[in-house]
Amino acid sequence: MSGEVLLRGGRVVDATGSRDADVLVRDGLVVAVAAGIEPPSGAQVLDAGGCVVAPGLVDLHAHLRQPGREEAETVETGARAAALGGYTAVVAMPNTEPPLDCASAVREVLGLGAGSACDVRVAGAITKGRAGRELAPLAEMADLGVRLFTDDGAGVQDGRLMRRALEYASALGVTLAQHCEDEALAAGGHMNEGEWSSRLGIPGMPVEAEELMVLRDVALARLTAGLGSRLHLLHLSTAGSVDIVRRAKAAGLAVTAEAAPHHFTLTDASVAGYDPVFKVNPPLRSSPDVDAVKAGLADGTLDAIATDHAPHAQEEKERPFDEAPPGMLGLETALALSLTELDLPLEAVLALLSWRPARIARLDADHGGPVAEGRPANLCVVDLAASWVVDPAATASRSRNTPYAGRKLTGRARHTVLRGEPVVIDGEAQR
Amino acid sequence: MSRNLLSVADLGPDGLDEVMAVSDSFVEVGSRPIPKVPALRGKTVVSLFYEESTRTRLSFETAARRLSADVMNFAVSTSAVKKGESLRDTVQTIEAMGVDALVVRHSSAGVPWQVASWVDCSVVNAGDGWHEHPTQALLDCFTIRRERRLRAGTADAGLSGLRIAIVGDVKHSRVARSNVLAFTMLGAEVTLVAPPTLLPPSLDGWPVAVSTDLDGVLPKADVVYLLRMQSERQTEALLPSLREYTARYGLTRDRARLLADDALVMHPGPMNRGVEIAADVADHLPRSMITRQVSNGVAVRMAVLFLFLGAAPR
Repeated sequence: MSGEVLLRGGRVVDATGSRDADVLVRDGLVVAVAAGIEPPSGAQVLDAGGCVVAPGLVDLHAHLRQPGREEAETVETGARAAALGGYTAVVAMPNTEPPLDCASAVREVLGLGAGSACDVRVAGAITKGRAGRELAPLAEMADLGVRLFTDDGAGVQDGRLMRRALEYASALGVTLAQHCEDEALAAGGHMNEGEWSSRLGIPGMPVEAEELMVLRDVALARLTAGLGSRLHLLHLSTAGSVDIVRRAKAAGLAVTAEAAPHHFTLTDASVAGYDPVFKVNPPLRSSPDVDAVKAGLADGTLDAIATDHAPHAQEEKERPFDEAPPGMLGLETALALSLTELDLPLEAVLALLSWRPARIARLDADHGGPVAEGRPANLCVVDLAASWVVDPAATASRSRNTPYAGRKLTGRARHTVLRGEPVVIDGEAQR
Repeated sequence: MSRNLLSVADLGPDGLDEVMAVSDSFVEVGSRPIPKVPALRGKTVVSLFYEESTRTRLSFETAARRLSADVMNFAVSTSAVKKGESLRDTVQTIEAMGVDALVVRHSSAGVPWQVASWVDCSVVNAGDGWHEHPTQALLDCFTIRRERRLRAGTADAGLSGLRIAIVGDVKHSRVARSNVLAFTMLGAEVTLVAPPTLLPPSLDGWPVAVSTDLDGVLPKADVVYLLRMQSERQTEALLPSLREYTARYGLTRDRARLLADDALVMHPGPMNRGVEIAADVADHLPRSMITRQVSNGVAVRMAVLFLFLGAAPR
């Protein structure tokens, strides 16, 4: 499959702990983790001095836009951005055109991902056409390895349908992921409802539009718990949502949840300049919500950081605020933002970015470590001290809609190794 | 003065005073047999209206012509916009023809800010969504000030300490947002009177009082400012009916009797007679300022164009 690669001089950090060690990789697998490994002849040596060698990051939530929106992103460019961000696996969201709601559509995206710079997995739609009316063929997609299903971009509004989906999915051993938004309550909104929306004259969506669906789905998780149903809540953004999940977990329900970096780094005050680059759904919230999301990540209420990477062509993001599509780039900035903005130990940040999401996506056989002999070599080498400034023009994504332009961040993926092969070396994509 | 007039907040109290002082002199120009001055000769002003408007567009165009500027009117309905041209392309195309000011009206909040980030010429906000309508606020302040000076016979009466009630659909009103900023900046005490469904979801940071009792507010008001009530609010579960709105919040003939003798009645137009204001209240002089607002509007917009693009050569 491939030659030998030695990651030399780093500190290995995974779910089992931390130690100074070199990591030797051969044929897609980690073959040795030890201090002072002599490079075998012909081995490629990647310097990891002063860096952390960690399991590759896993993104539960990326919009790769293919098929249908190739002007904004393709699987290839999205996978490259992911690899540069330290990711070795991404779950591609199904709100493409057409949506990923059947085996042939899933197969197409998996095919596009083969040979890319990242392990591209697919989330299938819960309902046909993501229309929220009939169940999509979940088993047929599960047979292709799909382990997460979601209508993301929209929540399943019909409580009865969501109940049936949880019941049906439980037999397949797959997880349903919900975009929590009560559409009636959020209708017409383009930003968080509150002080800023009132002042700016932009119709708002209240936090309760998210929280009502979180509450409903937790109730449905309880209703279907006997079947072993699994529920994952996408991009939670409000203090109330975090609180509901905290109580659901305390009650022992099989509920997991994620948060996106923009929901712990930005507030709705950013919208004041009317730049649609700050438009996202769920919208940027108030500072108490940001604090609650951080607290939820710190205490384990929120299991994972997911990017909600949502590329949009520049002309789309130059429309009036209320006409522009929601979404922002995330794959290349998530690691640095998490390291910079979360006041958490390194192991905790990596847990949120790597091994916990790997488990939620059922990718833990291949991703998320541990970095140990015999394990698949999906790794990233992180330079914690690297200081850099976000430059939209320098992104590998086909789009430029990062809200962090000009922001100085610390910490960056230096090398990324996918199935034993370096796909990023010293910050340069190799595929 | 900066290059653009986007928000009342950009002006500050001194800026408001300056615009009003210049407006005074342009009122005089409007009364001349030939109401025209050469102040902006050679300048080109484009009115870029993405939303229907008669009075604001005509008012700006009249103001520009009285200053001897060349005026181009961009009619969205007959333009390349209908062919799918983006806002940015349209704006930059127009600017490339050599334009000194864009007067922008759009149904989306914030568009004048976006436009201003793409062009080098002056941008004047002529109303953006629910957000702001700064020249309306300027002409309203000017109208109140001028009327009070005429009545008091002094040249220093202002808005300080005046009690102004803004009545109606504040939530969807750019006029209300700009007027709250302008009135309070000049020292007036503002009370918003509206059913809770027609107030913004949050009034944090708004230096206003709120009431749902118009009858209680009117006797103490120096100015009652009525907002336009749109009939579609009935279908959005904001109001049961316009009839019910009028019963509680309309300035009916009976309710107008609660006003002090020297109180002023204002409305930005277009009015829904019989809904937010009774016809004979609207027409009752000298109390009603409604036509005076319109005529002052031309002078105030002359002042705005003069100040924002007269001083700085392109």
